Amino acid sequence: MMHGFANPKRFLTLASWLTPLLLAAGLVLSGGALWWGLTQVSPDRLMGETVRILFLHVPAAWLGMGGWTAIAISSLVYLVWRHPLAALAARAAAVPGLVFTLICLVTGSIWGRPTWGTWWVWDGRLTSMLVLAFLYAAYIALAQAAAREGVSARIPAIFGLVGAINIPIINRSVVWWNSLHQPPSITMGNSAIDGEYLAPLLVAVVGFSLIFGGIVLARMRALLADIQAEARLRRRASEAV
Amino acid sequence: MSALKPKHQRLVLVVLALVALVGAGLLAAYALRNQANYFYLPEQMQADPPAVGQAVRLGGMVEQGSLKTDNDGVTLRFAVTGNDGSRIPVRFSGIAPDLFVEGSGVVAEGRLAPDGTFVADNLLAKHDENYVPRELEGMSEMQAAKMAEETTVGLE
Repeated sequence: MMHGFANPKRFLTLASWLTPLLLAAGLVLSGGALWWGLTQVSPDRLMGETVRILFLHVPAAWLGMGGWTAIAISSLVYLVWRHPLAALAARAAAVPGLVFTLICLVTGSIWGRPTWGTWWVWDGRLTSMLVLAFLYAAYIALAQAAAREGVSARIPAIFGLVGAINIPIINRSVVWWNSLHQPPSITMGNSAIDGEYLAPLLVAVVGFSLIFGGIVLARMRALLADIQAEARLRRRASEAV
Repeated sequence: MSALKPKHQRLVLVVLALVALVGAGLLAAYALRNQANYFYLPEQMQADPPAVGQAVRLGGMVEQGSLKTDNDGVTLRFAVTGNDGSRIPVRFSGIAPDLFVEGSGVVAEGRLAPDGTFVADNLLAKHDENYVPRELEGMSEMQAAKMAEETTVGLE
């Protein structure tokens, strides 16, 4: 079963109709959720209107962490089962993961100025999230270099697994250490976020996740096309000689 | 080991490496648990006071009813309380952030004065994990449900 989609042709047929579907559904849901959150909900008792950044900040933070989780799982599948598409999936998830992490950092900074009174502090949560952004940048550079030099994709895969140690640290940072960032609002089955905010937030999370999935599939198709084009060029060059 | 398929050998190897990695990460986080704190709680500051004049941060809740403004209009005096009732008086001259109110979280950057007062150069407001719309503040759940019912009448 695991190798059912190892066949690139079967994967491409699936991806070719799934990609636009995910992107379209994601755009509709996240656009609707942002409209809902930015214009319809009432201001927070303390923060006032700035609470609306929640609907972009939280999905971006979760997807920034989700992106590296996807890299780690794909890397594990690649290392153990040598699944050829898993290495591509990990590479494809890195760029959207970095973008969502940066969105999280920027929106958090903009949110911090009016609420906390500062753009940035070096507390556990903010620092570990910044480290995640650097890890993404390093992973992208490493995976690209490995692909260009024809080195085994095992090196970025190992880096993807090692870097995953940061994910539980980000998650637990506000619990283990005193931090300026507040503790988690949503824990196992409990939410300290009022239903009026929670509903558009969850829709936004689903919508942005679908966009994330669509981008990963689109990037995997582009990477596969690159590999095919290169193989074709190489074949033609060897025939010419 | 020779009976294992290469696939399973790799799986065992990766799982062992991951266990070692997570163990190392947890040990590192455990060793960092005091160093990586962004601020002292009042009970931590009282148990192990920093040297007078050393730049530190104090964090906790602004005690209800403790916030007073001096006659100069810019000097605030309040007490920061921790989780176990310990409190430290704080003096601050300057502009406080909007979220700085009694009963809310605060992080004060500054230093301990010889008399035990914490002199802050800067105040950061700490938000808690609760997000509540303004209209519902202080309402019981039943009141809130009743209001939601009233305000949504006719929307169907």
